[in-house]
Amino acid sequence: MSCDEKVDCGRRNLIVATAAAGGVGGLAVAVPFIASMAPSERAKSAGAPVEADISKLEPGQMMIVEWRGKPVWILRRTPEMLASLKKTDDLVSDPHSEKTMQPDYCKNEDRSIKPEYFVVVGICTHLGCSPSEKFKTGAESGVTADWAGGFLCPCHGSTFDLAGRVYKNKPAPDNLVVPPYMYLSDSKILIGEDKKGA
Amino acid sequence: MSAMTNKLQDLLGWVDARFPLTKMYKEHASEYYAPKNFNFWYFFGSLALLVLVNQIVTGIFLTMHFKPDASLNTSGVPVAFASVEYIMRDVPLGWIIRYMHSTGASAFFVVVYLHMFRGLLYGSYRKPRELIWVFGLLIFLCLMAEAFFGYLLPWGQMSFWGAQVIVNLFSAIPFIGPDLSVFIRGDYVVSDATLNRFFAFHVIAIPLVLLGLVVAHLLALHEVGSNNPDGVEIKKHKDANGIPLDGIAFHPYYTVKDIVGVVVFLMVFSIVIFFMPEFGGYFLEYNNFIPADPLKTPSHIAPVWYFTPFYSMLRAVTVNFFWIDAKFWGVVAMGGGVVILGFLPWLDRSPAKSIRYRGPIYKTLLTIWVVAFLILGFLGTKPPSYALFGIIPGDPVAKMFTVYYFVFFITMPWWSKIDKCKPEPDRVT
Amino acid sequence: MKKLLTVLLLAPILALANGSELHLDKAPDKSGDQAALQNGAKLFVNYCLNCHSASYMRYNRLQDIGLTDTQIKDNLLFTADKVGEPMRIAMQRADAKIWFGTAPPDLSLIARSRASESGSGADWLYTYLRTFYRDPSRPSGWNNLVFENVGMPHVLWELQGEQIAHFKEVDDGQGGKAKHFEKFEMVKEGSMKPADYDSAVADLVAYLKYMGEPIAGLRKKLGIFVLVGLGLLFALTYALKREYWKDVH
Repeated sequence: MSCDEKVDCGRRNLIVATAAAGGVGGLAVAVPFIASMAPSERAKSAGAPVEADISKLEPGQMMIVEWRGKPVWILRRTPEMLASLKKTDDLVSDPHSEKTMQPDYCKNEDRSIKPEYFVVVGICTHLGCSPSEKFKTGAESGVTADWAGGFLCPCHGSTFDLAGRVYKNKPAPDNLVVPPYMYLSDSKILIGEDKKGA
Repeated sequence: MSAMTNKLQDLLGWVDARFPLTKMYKEHASEYYAPKNFNFWYFFGSLALLVLVNQIVTGIFLTMHFKPDASLNTSGVPVAFASVEYIMRDVPLGWIIRYMHSTGASAFFVVVYLHMFRGLLYGSYRKPRELIWVFGLLIFLCLMAEAFFGYLLPWGQMSFWGAQVIVNLFSAIPFIGPDLSVFIRGDYVVSDATLNRFFAFHVIAIPLVLLGLVVAHLLALHEVGSNNPDGVEIKKHKDANGIPLDGIAFHPYYTVKDIVGVVVFLMVFSIVIFFMPEFGGYFLEYNNFIPADPLKTPSHIAPVWYFTPFYSMLRAVTVNFFWIDAKFWGVVAMGGGVVILGFLPWLDRSPAKSIRYRGPIYKTLLTIWVVAFLILGFLGTKPPSYALFGIIPGDPVAKMFTVYYFVFFITMPWWSKIDKCKPEPDRVT
Repeated sequence: MKKLLTVLLLAPILALANGSELHLDKAPDKSGDQAALQNGAKLFVNYCLNCHSASYMRYNRLQDIGLTDTQIKDNLLFTADKVGEPMRIAMQRADAKIWFGTAPPDLSLIARSRASESGSGADWLYTYLRTFYRDPSRPSGWNNLVFENVGMPHVLWELQGEQIAHFKEVDDGQGGKAKHFEKFEMVKEGSMKPADYDSAVADLVAYLKYMGEPIAGLRKKLGIFVLVGLGLLFALTYALKREYWKDVH
């Protein structure tokens, strides 16, 4: 800024300095108000990691646990179910899980830590409905004649295979989300927290 | 740079053709001429506005978490009480917002009492500013209602029993009283229904009225112009351009000055919030950290400090008149103590406005009046059996000062006329 | 003006002139002492949290006083499964009312609600927890000096031991007799020496005080920053005001 005779430079500098300091003060005052809208300790406590006991889960069975108010599915996949994933590779839009809809340790063919147990958030990536299980294969499933088993979203008809991968040309844009999780023991899974975070 | 400035000029012209933006800015800021001799007492008007904004903003954020619900949660605590502690502990930095609001309530009354006292010192209520004063008094009444309704919301012991006592005051009104107090509560006791409606009054009904009155107060002020410590009209002497000789533009001169006042106020305000939020039990009463219990009255209940002068007047009336019992007249005294202030413009007949040129009678009587008001306020925080200095019984003192409080106003037309005033100067000093 | 100031200055003196008769011992200030607070938390969880809840206090908040989630989980977490849960109790309020005559109050805010003109809430608690004495006339067998006929038995008696109180009769100045506390006499030693017991109670009280307002420490720290910032702003705005008012004067 140049100073000519018409402008009182001392005064202008003082105005700028005061306005700057006042602005910083104003921002500081805004902090508690903005912070207060973030999740509270109660919400965080309710959203804390949950433990799931998988010892009683039979092959082919699925259990649902609630984590942060959302259903988390734990599906114990049979060898046939795992084999079906090979068949669906060509039918799904993101067979290799290139998009980060899962933690890095689940970025594999079966989208899980141990292939047998599939852990996934049961919320359709389209508009948030919860898909229903369609584990029976073929016409019996009521989906398609060559259905390989998976999930069907009742809202807009998106279909997912048994690794939660979305079929091509369906409304849902992405594969189902795999939450962070870890094995506490062979029969216990902690959902919501992984070794990296601990 | 200049192209940018031109663009902005064009935009301003566009707006001005459709909305009186520049006109309003000139009328209320850059070409509103205020007397150049404002002193310390003139900070409190802008500070009152600041506290009002503080209460509204913090209040909005508190309503995001507060629940006006008197039912018990699974731990056996009223939901409303628990939601306040939820704000204090679980909401990130919620405690700052809560303390800003609770301290703001007391700060509001500190600032407004000083603002009103300024009016008494310099005769700011006198012609032609009667309406400013009356609007101001209505604002004060709204503020009292606002404080009373708000105080119930944390649903602590003092909240509950304070509301209980105040609502029962209405039952003193002859004939309709008992039904009226039930109607106000919406129940036979202060209950969930009461809490819910008080919440509605506190967060929307009264604030709307309050904001309207604040606008009216300011419009009336800017219509006639500000008074000053000399109590003389600056509009009597204008220069060739019609600008008062003793006036200076509100902006920038008083904006920069008021900002200094704001910063000093914020320092005091912050000291309370960060180092003494309970303020020794005066801003947050200790008993209010206990959830409301309709079966157990705390051993000593007193209203919050800003109500205590009027509460003392209520207690001071103990004689029956006209077959109506003292309780009713106590309520009349309490209400009258506030309302009588509104008649000041017509009670004061003194030739001089400002205390600087008023005679010894006003100076003496006003000093005693201030002492009376403070002592009444102090005694109101104490049980009736309290003795000043441990020896002077408080009750007769409160009675005496209550009488004085009213006599001061009622006899004012007479003594203000005969007081020996000094001649007022022609221009501000 | 001056008269007004005199009156304002007088008000606190008036307040002092009428202190209550209740004498409270001053609780030592241990608010910055994490070891004491942790010990207090342990005592609280072991002795108080059976009957009294602290339903606004989440276990994981104890990180404030230097405990890790694992430490909390292993040593203190008896009444909940998750560290994020508040300190609740299993006892039903209705049952408690039958057993004790009144439901034991939630202790989250006890240190704030017990403050009075006689002293801080911490002082009250510190005195209360040290002045239990044997009184066969009470259903619990215990009485207390600052909380007369309290429903709560002396839960820390194994630590403090059992004491009895001696009172003397004095004229109350109005022709009647008043009971004045004279002294305690220890009739059965506790597992702690008196000085150690006082120190343990001080720890517990410090913890209760902390729990009443867990953010108190942060509040004061933040306050310093805010005041420094405002001080700076004051210097600037005051300079600006003087700069502008050169035109007027």
